[in-house]
Amino acid sequence: MEELQQILSDLLPGAVFNTNPQFVEAVVPAGDLHKFALELKNNPKTLFDYLVCCSGVDKNEELSVVYHLRSTKLKHNCVIKVVTTDRVNPEFDSVFDLWASAEFFEREIFDFYGIKFKNHPDLRRLFLEDDFVGYPLRKDYVDNINIVQ
Amino acid sequence: MIEKREIILGENEPYIINMGPQHPSTHGVLRFELSLKGETVFKVVPHCGYIHRGIEKICESDTYQQIIHLTDRMDYLSAHQNNEAVSLCVEKALGVEVPERVKVIRTILSELGRLASHQLWWCAFGMDLGALTTFFYGLRDRERILDIFEESFGSRLLHSYICPGGLMNDIHPNFQKRIKDFIIYFRKKLPEYDKLLTGNVIFKERSKGIGIMSLEDAISFGVTGPSGRGSGFSCDIRKSQPYSAYDRVDFKEILYTEGDTYSRYKVRIDEMWESMKILEQLVDQIPEGDYTAKMKPVIKLPEGEYFQSVETARGELGVYIVSKGDKFPVRVKFRTPNFSNLFIISKLAIGHKIADLVAISGSLDLIIPDIDR
Repeated sequence: MEELQQILSDLLPGAVFNTNPQFVEAVVPAGDLHKFALELKNNPKTLFDYLVCCSGVDKNEELSVVYHLRSTKLKHNCVIKVVTTDRVNPEFDSVFDLWASAEFFEREIFDFYGIKFKNHPDLRRLFLEDDFVGYPLRKDYVDNINIVQ
Repeated sequence: MIEKREIILGENEPYIINMGPQHPSTHGVLRFELSLKGETVFKVVPHCGYIHRGIEKICESDTYQQIIHLTDRMDYLSAHQNNEAVSLCVEKALGVEVPERVKVIRTILSELGRLASHQLWWCAFGMDLGALTTFFYGLRDRERILDIFEESFGSRLLHSYICPGGLMNDIHPNFQKRIKDFIIYFRKKLPEYDKLLTGNVIFKERSKGIGIMSLEDAISFGVTGPSGRGSGFSCDIRKSQPYSAYDRVDFKEILYTEGDTYSRYKVRIDEMWESMKILEQLVDQIPEGDYTAKMKPVIKLPEGEYFQSVETARGELGVYIVSKGDKFPVRVKFRTPNFSNLFIISKLAIGHKIADLVAISGSLDLIIPDIDR
């Protein structure tokens, strides 16, 4: 894992590494996401060709998107994060052109968190109706009729 | 004078029909928006969300023991594996080591669940292609597994039996004997499946060369489980990241490289043989001991982020828990296998007939509540 962290810190200038006992975890600047993702996928030392999971997370003060990546050839994992504090118009790069599964993970995140993805080919709600108001998995979402919390 | 003309629907203008949400071959409430030329499909847009229950949101106001009961309702044919995924994630976060007895029983249950699930898939897949007899053969055998489940933990479909720390209660004294009886029984019955369907000429014509998925597509779309392994994608979590007792059993990861409907079918049939092999190795090896580790009544996960993958009957289920040290999680994300397996259908079905679309979606083995969560 230290070896992979060393490789990643060379490849991703400006990334901040968090301590995570399970995976190498890097928080990358939002503007560089697509460039870094392309590097991670194609560099022969990393070859992250499989996007396992892509999740939106709301921690009240910040919204983030977490990418769990795995290499099917080199058998290693890493976690990439992008974070924003903008709750009104959060926007990140789309990585659908690198991993086809990202297109639908991103639609789900847009549906639940209202995070927009630049260059996404078809950014519509995935599960909820098109006229649904609000983003229900955000912590500040209030629904007085269907109370879940 | 009447002029004779031939009109092909959709030749000049798009001809769109909706397949579903109430359609028997979508196995649940899923709608495909099909663009057709005559009977040939040239565009498929899946619409999901008809059975969306907001499980991930509900989890944020539930304790970890309560979450177990929701995970059954996602992929109801892999209930044990879903329970196990959350349990393993919580145990990993707490650093709890479960007793050996629990590990072995969990592995046995996962494999029994996989067998029952593949049996039901086999019945429904045959029925999708017009072979109704398979439905009776498959359900006849699946009934025996459900009886084993019912005897030990009272429920046949949604068990909620594996919980953080171990198991809800101890197994029934008949458990091992009934499994051994079942294996003897099913080893005789599984060749019948091959006689009835695998070797059938009509079935082969309907499935060979239909819906070919390349290895690159499988990896890019994240198609895991038997569907991915039919394209040669080595994605078995039981082999690559062994959990519970999978590190001590001997079994093969089934891989086919053709990537068509027939190879996805063959993977599942061969997996049933492998599951029985695992069961035979473990059923006499259940060690004595406690059925649960000592757990606090209120589980509070230390602050951090945890990810755990398990292999369900349909592919890789990932559980991602973000905790702030509270008894409720901040975020629970389920990376469900069916969600990732679904969308490749837009690519596979192009240029095939509607009836082949049914065969392809059947071979992907979709469970809709697992897509919508």
